[in-house]
Amino acid sequence: MDELRILSPTAILGYGFPVESFEEGMKRKPHVIAVDAGSTDPGPYYLGAGKSFTDNNSVKRDLEIMIPAALEAGIPVIIGTAGGSGARPHVALTLELIKEIANEKGLTFKLAVIQSELDKELVREKFRAGEVTPLFPAKELTEKEIDEAVHIVAQMGEEPYIKALEMGADVILGGRSYDPSLFAALPIKNGFDKALALHMGKILECAAIAALPGSGSDSMFGYLQRDGFILEPLSPARKCTPLSVSAHTLYEKSNPYVLPGPGGALDLHGCTFTPVGDNKVKVAGTKFVPTDGYFVKLEGVRKVGYRTISCAGVMDPVMIAKIDEITAEVKKRVKNNFEHYGFQEFFLDFKIYGKGGVSLFNDTRSVSENNDNNESVPMPDELMIIIEAVGATREQANTICGFARSTLLHYGYEGRVATAGNLAFPFSPSDAEMGEVFEFNIYHLMKVDDPVSLFPATYMQFNQGKATGENNHPAHVHKTSFAKTQQGNENNDPNKKGGENHAV
Amino acid sequence: MTLTRKEERTMRYKLRDVASVIRSKNSGPYELTFDVIFRDPETYEKVKNAGIFNAKMFAELYGIPEADVIGVVHFDPAKAIKTTIVRPIPSGTLGETDVYGAQQHAPLMKLEFDL
Repeated sequence: MDELRILSPTAILGYGFPVESFEEGMKRKPHVIAVDAGSTDPGPYYLGAGKSFTDNNSVKRDLEIMIPAALEAGIPVIIGTAGGSGARPHVALTLELIKEIANEKGLTFKLAVIQSELDKELVREKFRAGEVTPLFPAKELTEKEIDEAVHIVAQMGEEPYIKALEMGADVILGGRSYDPSLFAALPIKNGFDKALALHMGKILECAAIAALPGSGSDSMFGYLQRDGFILEPLSPARKCTPLSVSAHTLYEKSNPYVLPGPGGALDLHGCTFTPVGDNKVKVAGTKFVPTDGYFVKLEGVRKVGYRTISCAGVMDPVMIAKIDEITAEVKKRVKNNFEHYGFQEFFLDFKIYGKGGVSLFNDTRSVSENNDNNESVPMPDELMIIIEAVGATREQANTICGFARSTLLHYGYEGRVATAGNLAFPFSPSDAEMGEVFEFNIYHLMKVDDPVSLFPATYMQFNQGKATGENNHPAHVHKTSFAKTQQGNENNDPNKKGGENHAV
Repeated sequence: MTLTRKEERTMRYKLRDVASVIRSKNSGPYELTFDVIFRDPETYEKVKNAGIFNAKMFAELYGIPEADVIGVVHFDPAKAIKTTIVRPIPSGTLGETDVYGAQQHAPLMKLEFDL
């Protein structure tokens, strides 16, 4: 075969897509539908709490369109980084939705579930063997960090997906994955160039974000050929241009020329972006440079405590002028009040919007104004304050937040004119529990011997919606069926299933 | 308006006038990356050749140590300049103000330079 076609319905499973775009994609006879379901962008909470940053109903809506359409067309569906973070609870969330859909629609298919959460003991062994190295600027790992980690996931490459395809899976639900892997698995299995397959995956995983106008909730189509790949947006309102596609290469990456992943890096120095027709772009010239040894990226989080917040506004000009001084005094008061009560370890912060609350940096405004006359930053008319307390328990966080709020509300600062209260609360109750707090503590590379067996797969057969069997296939069992699968899989049909005799 | 002699030789540009995209975003939880995509290839080439974007300039603009600037890459296919820095704190750590890092581009919006 000279062309392998991939439909990417949406940038993140649950972000949605117009049915019209999806149908346009199905008309082009894709060989696989692939969708990325996760990201670390929403922060450490979701991996730690075992929850998804996407909504269950939105995810189900997307799957409910994709899975039946793919089964009818006889092509596989691949879902990567299930549940947003890809640890066991996240995979379980999406698995439940797939079971519901199978049941409600009476579907018949074989499902592969690939886990990416690692046993801490394995990570510890690897760490002791010197095979876990930090990804700059993360720090050197310690055993304490491993102990404290709540979930540790590894980003899988295309290899576990290829294995699941060879085992005859119609729907593959994967844990944490290197995003391009799910798109590149079928092409690589069919002998297409690895560099081009991964590069196309790198763009398709964001669906129509690489088009103009860009969108994370519209579909994109990829045509992988022997000498390059073509991208086509599926809505008539969008175009791919050499600029929109090459500019996308910058998105969320550290360096647009070298894109590292499991087993090696994509090198884009020789890439060309050429327009095809009115709305398509052909990309060629990508290289894959394998690393010496196979490394996967680990992500882990540890629990910090519980957070309670209170939001309040300020309009009093005297208060606004003195806000830094006042909040510093309130912090001192809170600390002093609970010192002898045993609440010593807590985090209290005032995020002050209208006065540097958004910036991650020290106040850069005076620098960036860059006026010759040294104009100072004008005083805002209003401020928004978020009082944030993080404590070891829910109750301690509530106590610290509540006490800081009441202290700030009635704090008698110098020059105070408005003596009834310092804060405008938009809500009653004024305080809100935010639940558990986590932080990233593992962001490292781990050397692995076998990129398949690190990610164990389970297979389930659904017959008219009913799960009829469930099988674990540890790596050593895989080996035999893998060999047979390959033998029976030498024709050109990329979706030829060779593993059916051996599973379930 | 009287022009000084320096201003007669060079022109002062505002980045937001010559760029179509100025954005910031996490690149993983430990890095922040800033993209500037220029409107036309000529201005991009001029900015590139004049070396306007470099680690020192970026460190000054954001008030960070120069060593925290991981790289400034000129990417010709997109007439773009990408600067990646060490995130002041890993995403979501206590003290966070912008989990996705998507609003940290603002100082670049006010950047001016002579060409």
